[in-house]
Amino acid sequence: MLSVDSLSVGFPGNQVLQDVNFHLPQGSFCGLIGTNGSGKTTLLRTILGLLRPDKGKVETGDGGIGYVPQKIQLDPFMPLRARDVVALGIDGHRLGVPLPSPSRRRAVDSMLAEVGAAEFANRRVGDLSGGQQQRIMIAHALVRRPRLLLLDEPLANLDIRSVAEVIALLHKLVVEQKITVLVSAHDMNPLLPVMNQIVYLAQGRSVSGSVEEVVRSSVLSSLYGYHIDVIQVHGRVLVVAAVGAEPRTTEMAHGPVHVTSIP
Amino acid sequence: MFSDFMINTWTVASLVAVTAGLVGFFTVIRGASFAAHTIPLSTFPGAAAAVLLGVNQVWGLIVAAGLSVIGINALSRRGQPDVATAMTLVMMLGLGTLCLSQIGQYSQQVYALLFGQVFGISRASITPVAVIDILAAGALLMLFRPLLLSSLSTDLLQTRYLTATRLDLAFLIILAMASAVALPVVGALLVFSLMVGPASAARNITSRPVIAMGVTVLISLLTVWTAIVLSYVTNWPVGFFVGGFGALAYGAGRGVMRIRRWKPSPIS
Repeated sequence: MLSVDSLSVGFPGNQVLQDVNFHLPQGSFCGLIGTNGSGKTTLLRTILGLLRPDKGKVETGDGGIGYVPQKIQLDPFMPLRARDVVALGIDGHRLGVPLPSPSRRRAVDSMLAEVGAAEFANRRVGDLSGGQQQRIMIAHALVRRPRLLLLDEPLANLDIRSVAEVIALLHKLVVEQKITVLVSAHDMNPLLPVMNQIVYLAQGRSVSGSVEEVVRSSVLSSLYGYHIDVIQVHGRVLVVAAVGAEPRTTEMAHGPVHVTSIP
Repeated sequence: MFSDFMINTWTVASLVAVTAGLVGFFTVIRGASFAAHTIPLSTFPGAAAAVLLGVNQVWGLIVAAGLSVIGINALSRRGQPDVATAMTLVMMLGLGTLCLSQIGQYSQQVYALLFGQVFGISRASITPVAVIDILAAGALLMLFRPLLLSSLSTDLLQTRYLTATRLDLAFLIILAMASAVALPVVGALLVFSLMVGPASAARNITSRPVIAMGVTVLISLLTVWTAIVLSYVTNWPVGFFVGGFGALAYGAGRGVMRIRRWKPSPIS
């Protein structure tokens, strides 16, 4: 469960989020969609408690939060196996050198199997592909069995196959374990088949609901403050600012037809 | 080679090698090599000021190491850590030049701190070195997991209610302690190679963090012991051998990694 009420977050001279509201029941798969700079990471960091809101509140229920940060640039020589990264999810905050523990090892092995990473558990994490590394980071986030999982742009810089694999894994976790998943992305299309909720951020404000409720011309036009067309092409959704509309954000100003990064 | 005065050398050098290995492991995986280069060099004005004021050089080293930690930490909060580290180095070296110019002569003591004087270690030096080394090593082992987690991502550390800036400061203090006690043995210019060379080699040899740290300590010990023997035999400076073995260890580690990652090209 995740509930965000009247949330406003800003930095000196920059109001990033303004009166953001949404509620996700347990077991939701929600896409947090918005262009670069729309406040997705700020929202996730506020939910995590890393940023203090100016106004409003966040309720996450019981069970803790798992977090997968934006793509980490891993040193290919870092002496860390995939299983070590997952183990740090259990006790990375504790003092001292980890001692061998059968229960810790069982928890790590079980988590690695659940995310389909058992076969590369003992490989150096820097040697893994982008998709494999994301699986490991998801295992790291879930090994303490949180009820809410936040992922910040987990699909960025992945090839098409890895994107499909990561989404299928997240969907499986939602279905089998009833975890609430909130995934930020600037492209909603890969998430369309699996997400049942969407939070759309633009210019610091948000709309939320089901995909059908939110990704509509009238709703997004109201959010952006000028006319937006929503076009379906071969099952993909294009969000397009009408010709002649006054672009209010930099990402909207890319030529005579202003496309908001085709979310 | 094992006479009374050499026993002091073996003891202190071994203590220094163990701590430098432990600290060096995290220096390399945290990408803090520049800080590991800067802090020992930044102690140079402390040594020069101590000579100028006629006080024990250990105090000069500690004060200068502390100032450089404060400088790196404070400036890093307002800018890029690399630039902050470079600015601290430049400021401290400038201060050292000023102090040295006031001494009036190129002091033998300052020269020894720059290049090391492992054969001149007195019995009285063992206790302070041992105390500081044990404190630094103990603190580092206590922070093993948070340091490893923050090497992966500071965001992940912060979601566990730990502050990355405080951990960075703690690591810099440990680095400064290890540097200050390593200085009389290998010198300011070569503390860096003792910290970076063995750790760079070890991370290529194994992918297990605890074992990599152990291998780092082992290589560090072998480096210092071999350097002492060869320096004793040849009368060449110990720092030369420490630097040389650091580079050799790094090259060997890269070779091991290359062999492991080598895959035969498919036969067409």
